[in-house]
Amino acid sequence: MIKASGLARTFTTKRGTVEAVRGVDFHVARGEIVGFLGPNGAGKTTTLRMLTTLLAPTAGTAVVAGHDLRTDPAGVRRRIGYVAQGGGAAPGVPVGEELGLQARLYGVPRPTERIAELCAQLELDGLLDRPAQALSGGQRRRLDLALGLVHRPPLMFLDEPTAGLDPHSRGNLWHHIRRMREEDGATVFLTTHYLEEADALCDRILIIDHGRIVAEGTPDELKRRVSGDVVTLDLAVPDHGDRADAGDVEATARARAALAELPQVREAVVTGTSVRLTVDQGDRALAQLVRSLDAAGVEVAALRMARPTLDDVFLTLTGRSLREAAA
Amino acid sequence: MNIASALHDTRLLYMHHLRASLRTKVAVVFGMLQPLLYLLLFGPLLTRLNGVRGFGDHDPWQVFVPGILVQLVLFRSGFVGFALIADLRAGVVDRLRVTPVSRAAMLLGMVLRDTTVLVVQAILLLAAGLALGLRAPLPGLLIGLALAVLLATGIASLSYVLAMVTRREDAFASLLSSVTLPLMLLSGMLLPMSMAPGWLDAVSRCTPLRYVVDAVRAAFLGDYAASPVVVGTAVTVVLVAASVWWGARRFVRETA
Repeated sequence: MIKASGLARTFTTKRGTVEAVRGVDFHVARGEIVGFLGPNGAGKTTTLRMLTTLLAPTAGTAVVAGHDLRTDPAGVRRRIGYVAQGGGAAPGVPVGEELGLQARLYGVPRPTERIAELCAQLELDGLLDRPAQALSGGQRRRLDLALGLVHRPPLMFLDEPTAGLDPHSRGNLWHHIRRMREEDGATVFLTTHYLEEADALCDRILIIDHGRIVAEGTPDELKRRVSGDVVTLDLAVPDHGDRADAGDVEATARARAALAELPQVREAVVTGTSVRLTVDQGDRALAQLVRSLDAAGVEVAALRMARPTLDDVFLTLTGRSLREAAA
Repeated sequence: MNIASALHDTRLLYMHHLRASLRTKVAVVFGMLQPLLYLLLFGPLLTRLNGVRGFGDHDPWQVFVPGILVQLVLFRSGFVGFALIADLRAGVVDRLRVTPVSRAAMLLGMVLRDTTVLVVQAILLLAAGLALGLRAPLPGLLIGLALAVLLATGIASLSYVLAMVTRREDAFASLLSSVTLPLMLLSGMLLPMSMAPGWLDAVSRCTPLRYVVDAVRAAFLGDYAASPVVVGTAVTVVLVAASVWWGARRFVRETA
């Protein structure tokens, strides 16, 4: 659906040239939901504006929905939908008029029926006479989606689709984005600086930083690139009466010995009666871990595993946390 | 982009923008408050200028109303760009640019809407002039109206391009006032340039609106074939053709 090669964009400002996007190569297959994850200013929006024909690349090109960005922008435009970060509805124009104009500009057959169908899907029923400025944040965002979807594009571009929404509206929008793919077979390319969003929504993630793609993969693949999962064990300590900490020492020593035999365990840190382990592929190692401890006579009171987050991935790749980079 | 789809898109956008204007009828009326105030609060002073060159031999309203008509065009059409800056900021322009809409239609739809609104305002203004004492033949009034409409098309096109290029209200506003005020003063809108000293008259002749104002004045006097009408019409047509052509080209390039 998208094949970008060497796509780059520099801006000339009074203070010199800024390389917003420094040559990105990637592809997106039909039916995928792919996320562009990175802090603000990383080049996400610039890339999206190039792919949607709004901004001419200074170098490189891309084939979008079967048409070359440089030689056939009109062909690209007919086959894509785009929802900008700030939306695109005029504040004072009633919802019905905006949708009607959009449908007629795309030459949608039977626009009234298409609009009714979209409004039912996107929970915009009964709002057609209301101006966009009188809608709630979530309704407004669903109107933006409806404007982008009116001509049933096979490829949708969403720039920060849930920025500024409350958690409930965000979940609701995720549901609608998944539905685009499931019911209309659309391919979705979105940008986000929310880790949860990339994690919950995307089949595949491209991590962008300083105008370059620094990593690419499924959320799980990316997380596995970070040094393992964190498993925390709380040990059940046998009662030694007057010498309370003797049991601790004995239990932790036995646990250590048992864990040292396991190749998946990279690191073990003991604090009191809890042991914090760094483990490769924690989900697979967990059963083996429990069996070994059992065999060594160590009783486990509680066991917790934390998977690394995409923030840990970003931290490993760039040395900065995504949250602080975004701030 | 073929002509048929450009016309189709222009019609769609024209109707869309016109509906928006109809929603804000109050703004259409308030938009002509400034010229109306000139008519009401400044016009009566001129009726005392009997014997002054350029006034004494005519009905002062025949000299003054044409100036105010051109002023309406200059200020109303000059300021239409502000609406485009608001649309740029709201993302409306980018939303339209992602559709396969004809780029020229994006500009023409807005300009034709502005011209339509201006026709209404100009008719109201002329009616107010007639009520205050203006006497002019109907063909003369119609020629004046036609020149005003033509000029509005050109000035609105220029306003949108400047808005598109500056993209910020403050920059656009200062650019606008530095252009419109000298144009207004040098056109002789308020007082005819026949009163001007030689150098001012010479400078005035280098600005296009001088000829438009003179043409409308001559038309109101009934001198349809007189040279001011012919020259003024020619200047207007050339100005409008150049503005719309250049405006459309720049607009298409900016929105490509």
